[in-house]
Formats: sequence, C-alpha cells, structure tokens
Amino acid sequence: MSDRVRMTMHSDEIIRLEGVHKTYSLGDEVTVHALRGVDLTISAGDYVAIMGPSGSGKSTLLNLLGCLDRPSAGKYFLGGEDVSKMDDDTLSEVRGRRIGFIFQSYNLIAQLTVIENIQVPLLYQGKDLRHYHDRCMQLAELVGLGDRLHHRPNQLSGGQQQRVAIARSLINDPLMILADEPTGNLDSKTGQEVLELIDRLNKDGKTIVLVTHDDRVASRADRVIHMKDGVIDRQVALKDRTNSTTS
Amino acid sequence: MFTFQFVSTVRLGIKSLMLHKLRSFLTMLGIIFGVCSVIAMLAIGEGASHAAQEEIKKLGSNNILIRSLKPAEESREAAAGARRMAIKYGLTYEDAARLHSTIPGVRQVVPMRIIRENVRFSRNEVPCQVIGTLPSYPEVVGVDIVRGRFLCQLDELHQNNVCVITVGLARRLFPYQDPLEHALRIDAFYYQVIGIIREKNMPEQRTQAGRMEGEPLDNNVYIPLSTSRTRFGEVLIRQAAGSFQAEEVQLHQVTIQMKDLAAVETADSQINTMLRRFHEQKDYEVIVPLALLRAAERTKRTFNIVLGSIAAISLLVGGIGIMNIMLATVTERTREIGIRRALGAKRRDITTQFLVETVVLSVGGGLVGVLLGIVTPYIVSHFSELKTIVTVWSVMIAFCISGAVGIIFGLYPATAAAKLDPIEALRHE
Ligand SMILES: Nc1ncnc2c1ncn2[C@@H]1O[C@H](COP(=O)(O)OP(=O)(O)O)[C@@H](O)[C@H]1O
Ligand SMILES: [Mg+2]
Repeated sequence: MSDRVRMTMHSDEIIRLEGVHKTYSLGDEVTVHALRGVDLTISAGDYVAIMGPSGSGKSTLLNLLGCLDRPSAGKYFLGGEDVSKMDDDTLSEVRGRRIGFIFQSYNLIAQLTVIENIQVPLLYQGKDLRHYHDRCMQLAELVGLGDRLHHRPNQLSGGQQQRVAIARSLINDPLMILADEPTGNLDSKTGQEVLELIDRLNKDGKTIVLVTHDDRVASRADRVIHMKDGVIDRQVALKDRTNSTTS
Repeated sequence: MFTFQFVSTVRLGIKSLMLHKLRSFLTMLGIIFGVCSVIAMLAIGEGASHAAQEEIKKLGSNNILIRSLKPAEESREAAAGARRMAIKYGLTYEDAARLHSTIPGVRQVVPMRIIRENVRFSRNEVPCQVIGTLPSYPEVVGVDIVRGRFLCQLDELHQNNVCVITVGLARRLFPYQDPLEHALRIDAFYYQVIGIIREKNMPEQRTQAGRMEGEPLDNNVYIPLSTSRTRFGEVLIRQAAGSFQAEEVQLHQVTIQMKDLAAVETADSQINTMLRRFHEQKDYEVIVPLALLRAAERTKRTFNIVLGSIAAISLLVGGIGIMNIMLATVTERTREIGIRRALGAKRRDITTQFLVETVVLSVGGGLVGVLLGIVTPYIVSHFSELKTIVTVWSVMIAFCISGAVGIIFGLYPATAAAKLDPIEALRHE
C-alpha cells in the first residue's frame, strides 16, 4: 500500500500497523514468534479493547504500539511517522510526548510523592515543573486525589495508585493512552471506578487502547480486537463509531 | 532550564540516597576516611618540613657555615701527643683569610670565637656566650640594632674593650640601669656596652650545642675579634665531667656569605677541598643551608609521593565500595528504570541520574572528609608537639579526587542501568 493511498483513507488515523512481526530469540536457534503479521489501524478518539488468551501476544502488541520496542518486521506508523526506523532516543522522545501508559501493577516510583509521580514525564521533556503546577493539580483533582498530593504510593490503596498512574499518563497530553490490564490487580468496585475514569477520558476525546481478559471491561470499548497466536483473529465493532472488519 | 533540571536531578539523587541512609553513609565512609587522611597526612608532612625549612632558612640560604669540631678520640690523641697538652683543633685565622681570598663569589667572611664565660654587672651574674667577631657580622646574620651601634673597624683595630649585648642579656644584667651607660665585667676586664641588638634569626643549633639546663637562649655578648684574641688568648680551659680540659681553638665558626645562590652551589666543594688540604684531621664541619634546604625539599617530595599513593589506594578502595553499592542499587531499581524509560527517559537521562547519585555520595563524602581533614591536624597539633599546616592545594586535590572517584566508579553502574531494555526492566520483579 503506497503512502498516498494511506493518506487518503482516514484523515484522523493515528496508528497504522502493516504486517507487523515480533520475534524474540531465546538463546541459540530458539525463537518465539510473538506476533505473526498484524494489520491494524486506530483513529483519533477510538476506544479499542484487545482480548485473547494468555500468550497470544496482547502485551507484545501494546508494547509495540507504545514504542517500547520496534517491530522485527513490518511497518508501524504513529501519527504518520515510521516508528520502525526510529533510534532509541527518538523512541524515548515519542513515548514521553505522545504515549500515556497505564500498567497492571501501577508502576509508580516508590520514593516520590503523588504530585512528583505525576510530574515525572515532564522532567524528560525538559519542562520547567514550576510552570506545570496548576496542570498537575487539575489532573490530581480529576482523578480524585487532590487531597493526597504529598502521599507516597505505599500510603495509597491500589485503586488510588492506579488513578495516580492515570493522571501521570495525561500530563503530557498524549496522542493515546495504552492500558495493559489496568484493573487486573483491583477488586471489582475500585476497578469499576478506574474504568469509569478511562471512559470519561475517551468521552473527552482521548484515544484509548486497553488490554483485558474481562468481557465486561471489553464491552465498554467501541471496538474489540481478538488475538490468537500472534495474529488478530477478529475485530468486533460494538458501536458504529468506526468501520469494523473481520479478518 | 538546564540548571533547573540539574538541580532537580541532584535533589532526586539525594532523595534516593536518603531512602537508605545507613547504606549511603557506610558507602561514604570509604571516601570520608580517604579524603580526611590525605589532608591530615599532608598537613603533618607539610608542618614537619616547614619547621625544618624555617630552621634552615634562619641560617641564611646565601651563607655557608664552617664550624670547628673536636676530632674523634683516637686521632685526637695522636695529634695531641700527650694528655697534658692542650688539644689543638679547629679553624684558624689563616683559614678565614684563605677562604676570603681563594673562594670565588665570596662577599663576606665572618670569623667567630665563641667562649663561654660568666658576665657580671654589679651583683648580677649571667652565663653567656662571649662572641669575638668582626664588624661585618650584622650584614651576614640578620640583626636588629635596638639601641646604640654594633662594633666598628676602629674597635677592631684598637682592640677596644667594648661590647654589644642582646636584648635578653640587657634585661637580665641591667634590670634597673641603662646598659649603655655602664660597663660589664668578663673575668677581670670591663667592657663598655655600646649597643643592644636583637638577633633576627638566631641559629638555634648554635645556641643549643653547648646549652646548659635552664640557660636562656639569647645571652650573647659581642666583642671585637682582636679584643677576644688578646684578652682570652688561644688556649681555653673548659670544665667537662669533673676534669679540666685545655683546648686550643682559634676560631669556632666561620660564616661565609656568598654573592648569590649559584656561588653557593659551586663553593661547597671548593671549601671542602681547600680545608682538607690544610687540616690533617677532620676537625671542622661545613654546613650549607641551601643544600640542606634542597635535601629537605627532596625529602618532602618523596614523602608527598608516598602519602599520595596511600591516599590513592584508600580512595580507590572507597571508589570500589561506591561502585559495588551502585551496581546493587541498579539491580534493585531495575523496575524504576523501566518506568522512567516508558515515561520518556532517554538512556542518557538514566546515566545522569545514577551518575549524579554516585557523585553526590562521593562529593558528600569528600566534603565531610575535608571538614574532618581540616579538624584532625588541628587536634593532632593540639595534643602533640607536631606542627601541622593544612594547605589549600591539599584540600582542593583531595576534594577533586573524591569527585573524580565518583564519576569514574559511577560510570559503569550508570551505563549498565541505561543499557537495560525498557520492557525487560518493567517486567523485573
Ligand atoms: N521478552 C520476551 N522474550 C521471549 N519471549 C517473550 C518475551 N515477551 C513475550 N514473549 C513471548 O511472546 C508471547 C506473547 O507474549 P505476551 O505478548 O506477553 O502475551 P499476552 O500478553 O497476550 O499474555 C508469549 O509466548 C511469550 O512467552
Ligand atoms: Mg500480557
């Protein structure tokens, strides 16, 4: 598919994967084929859930989308830029500026307070934290932790920690938010709260890609991608926001 | 902008180190002891060599001193022949004249006869060194004329019975009178006091040589050399260990002042050659303060190299300690590294972060070490006789080395941290 064709398809398309493979080599001669040719497009404002059995390559796909790694083969365009050609520094730059991560295990930095954790992505954009104080406060309020700014992660519940992680993912106003089983470590009630927060972000226009095992979680998305053995088994559109295809 | 980022990196580094206070402190100890011992040892070495050099400088670096020495027992008996006869040794008037005329680059030759006598005035009696010398004495040995004048050529020519005394003696001998209006008595002769002087650099060695218990240092009477020769004669009776000994010594010391330092260097061997020719036995010693000074400087340099090596080793050990801890820290914080990488940290951001932590450790240790290193010599000289001098350069060197140790030994752990794959790091338990 030529560049021109791609450009004409969707003006608000932000992600395009073309025949993406990912292989891991474990020592000599043993390779794991985690992704075996994935084609995928995601547009601005999409809410995509990725489902599939364990080991089907969901996390691998999400890591690639998040520019934590490069595809072994195939192409990945993020906002029109070819990620497969980027060097390590550029990947870091792209992660910091355009991607917001939410992890299953929250991944806050233990020695930093809530507000400091929210600020971390700013540091690596070379931004002066003093100019962003108000924004940090707003985000903390948004996730309902305005009164916990100076608490450490170990003084917070799991749900609260995950909400800090959400605030942190938003600080640089990213192109999209990637969440790998964000409710995996939470009980259903706090999980529900976190999901509602994510829903709200999508309503406000953020693109969300979310990996989950849970059908009820997936049902919140506009589109569900089912993975199996490193390929996309089928895609199901739940709301007619985007075009749906079945492969 | 950059400074802000740097400050926050340093602050973060300190914060991470404070998370393990004891561990950080123990890690710093290596550097603290290293830096402290460098500064303290250099201060003690500097103090010792400074004291030695001061002593030597007092003798005058342009000067060469020749002293009469009583020769060793066997050779002395051979020379004296019989026990009863006066032992004859030492420098002669001829030596002094010959030195003046033959050694190139000589500016002054000041011969001295030094005789121990009690000096009296009224009821006061003080044991003194009666020094017969020439009017040029003050030019060669630093002397302040406090009152009156020093000996002059006429005094020498006419063998005048005049004398110049040191400040200390004036105080002891004339507590209530004006010394310049009186004459003091040595043996049976009276000497009019014509001046009071203060010796600027009193050569300690000379006064210590035959110093009796409790004898004050600056009890000197200067009289014309010619007067000394006629009044005291050449044969001197000395009481030693219960028996009287007669000695015949013409001059006890000859101080030669050279025109410049270059002349001092060449004159050393010339003087020795000349004296060897005219003296059958080694009844003199040649002291070249400049050579002593050079030797002292050489010793100091060797000393500094030895100290430097010890210091380098202790700092090396400290550095290895830091590296060890930082490697453990990197492993322990692998997940944090993964998180930061996911949030946009570049490799060099991670390198900087860990490098800053190591440098904070080593520079922090360096600062504490500098403080201890300044205090320790002070305590040492307070509780012992050792003189210590903390030099600015030793503090700077020790401090800079501690910083360098941090960078050198932090570089490996920091690059190891930066090389971690973000995904692997995030998975780390
Ligand atoms: N770093 C890695 N090294 C080797 N194999 C890996 C690595 N990461 C993932 N894999 C393998 O790739 C496959 C897909 O893994 P993953 O994407 O984590 O699956 P999921 O998230 O769907 O459970 C699995 O078989 C897994 O063992
Ligand atoms: Mg997974």
